[in-house]
Amino acid sequence: MNALLTVENLHKGFVLHGQGGTALEVMHDLSLELRAGECLVLAGRSGIGKSTLLKMLYGNYLARRGSIRLHFSDGPLELTDLPAHAWHPLRRDVIGYVSQFLRVVPRVSAVEVVMEPLLARGADAWDARTKAETLLSRLNLPERLWQLPPGTFSGGEQQRVNIARGFIGEHPLLLLDEPTASLDAANRAEVVALIHEAKARGTAMLGIFHDEDVRSQVADRLLPLDDHLMAKTTHFPGQPS
Amino acid sequence: MNRSVLPRPDLERPALLDVHNVSRLYGPDKGCQEINFRLHAGEVLGIVGESGSGKSTLLRVLAGLEAPDAGHVAYHSANDDTLDLYAISEARRRALLRLEWGLIHQNPRDGLRMGVSAGANIGERLMALGQRHYGQLRAAGQDWMGQVELDPGRIDDAPRTFSGGMQQRLQIARTLVTRPRLVFMDEPTGGLDVSVQARLLDMIRTLVRQLGLSVVLVTHDLAVARLLSHRLLVMRRSRVVEAGLTDQILDDPQHAYTQLLVSSVLTP
Repeated sequence: MNALLTVENLHKGFVLHGQGGTALEVMHDLSLELRAGECLVLAGRSGIGKSTLLKMLYGNYLARRGSIRLHFSDGPLELTDLPAHAWHPLRRDVIGYVSQFLRVVPRVSAVEVVMEPLLARGADAWDARTKAETLLSRLNLPERLWQLPPGTFSGGEQQRVNIARGFIGEHPLLLLDEPTASLDAANRAEVVALIHEAKARGTAMLGIFHDEDVRSQVADRLLPLDDHLMAKTTHFPGQPS
Repeated sequence: MNRSVLPRPDLERPALLDVHNVSRLYGPDKGCQEINFRLHAGEVLGIVGESGSGKSTLLRVLAGLEAPDAGHVAYHSANDDTLDLYAISEARRRALLRLEWGLIHQNPRDGLRMGVSAGANIGERLMALGQRHYGQLRAAGQDWMGQVELDPGRIDDAPRTFSGGMQQRLQIARTLVTRPRLVFMDEPTGGLDVSVQARLLDMIRTLVRQLGLSVVLVTHDLAVARLLSHRLLVMRRSRVVEAGLTDQILDDPQHAYTQLLVSSVLTP
């Protein structure tokens, strides 16, 4: 199988206008290839900005230079210059994202938060609810919480709602930003199982996992990032600052 | 087999509104100028910026309420005609507002008739479409009061007896009962208590999805913009200074003014 995602010579910087136009380079010359059914784990020191890459792949961050291409059956799609209106359908159908924290929509119940990616595609509400409940129950979220808005849930409970919302859409490309960070062993094992099932369906995954044990269970390859990423507070040696 | 099997999703949607070089100025940099964008079917476009940045003026020009000094607005109507909004007659523009569009004002008093019953407020727009059957109008009124979480038992009460949040929900019911293709919203949650605001935001999100609405939303509240909008235009002193995907504008703003705006709020 050929690559589903190719990243070539990607650079990222921020220009902080409020601080006299200070320019920070946070990503330097990063390339990668990801195939269907493969889980690539981002490796590198803690705090160097591994999420930056996921945010660029999801459109939250603009690339300064380089290329991000998705490979469809009829040819590649370049994401670095994708018009803003095309991101919405692309995220709905192709790229899923489990962020580190759940962005809480006030007043919407946990089960509806999880159903939403399917409803956005016009799925039948009953089917979507059944799938959402199956996932929440696999992730051991107590049934009495399903009808409550997750705003008041604990960090671990919110994270499980977030994971269920991320996996329910079965996107072909899934970005995972520390999905197991605040989970206990039983729920970590459940997330590992979800990742293995996604792989078996051919999902390509790019993830950040701090837990050594989870990493060794899910990673097909590691992508070393220490030479390509810099925390926003430091500068690359030899680069003009 | 050595090729990707991933089918390409359809990333394009038909255009609904094309805005070309629109300007409407009351004074130097007061109003809006050199505005260009395309709104696609099913999109929610947020226009953000401080008070006085020109976003409400732009909304009035887009909604056919105020002719621009320069530029034009093209609307691609339900029957595939492309209408130059200010080249058609006043009567035709009014008909668009009645038949294909909806307008939700910040102050529900501007969008409701305060002296007539809630049911009549909802039924009025249906009657303008030619519906005359009393029982059906009343049933639609009750149905829509339920959809916006108002007690259908209050169908005969006048909106002046409702709270601000209830009035705003009634205005939404009145506007959406005709199933408009395009809805203009001017600070729809402005001036409401935070708890009422959350309820209204959730309701607007759900209705937009269920009815497949296209929306132009003016708000100064970036949290509201994040929850409702797919794309954002950032306005400052009558001009669009930055445009893009909502998450990108709020997480990686490029323009100095957008960076200031984003870093000045508590929870974007």
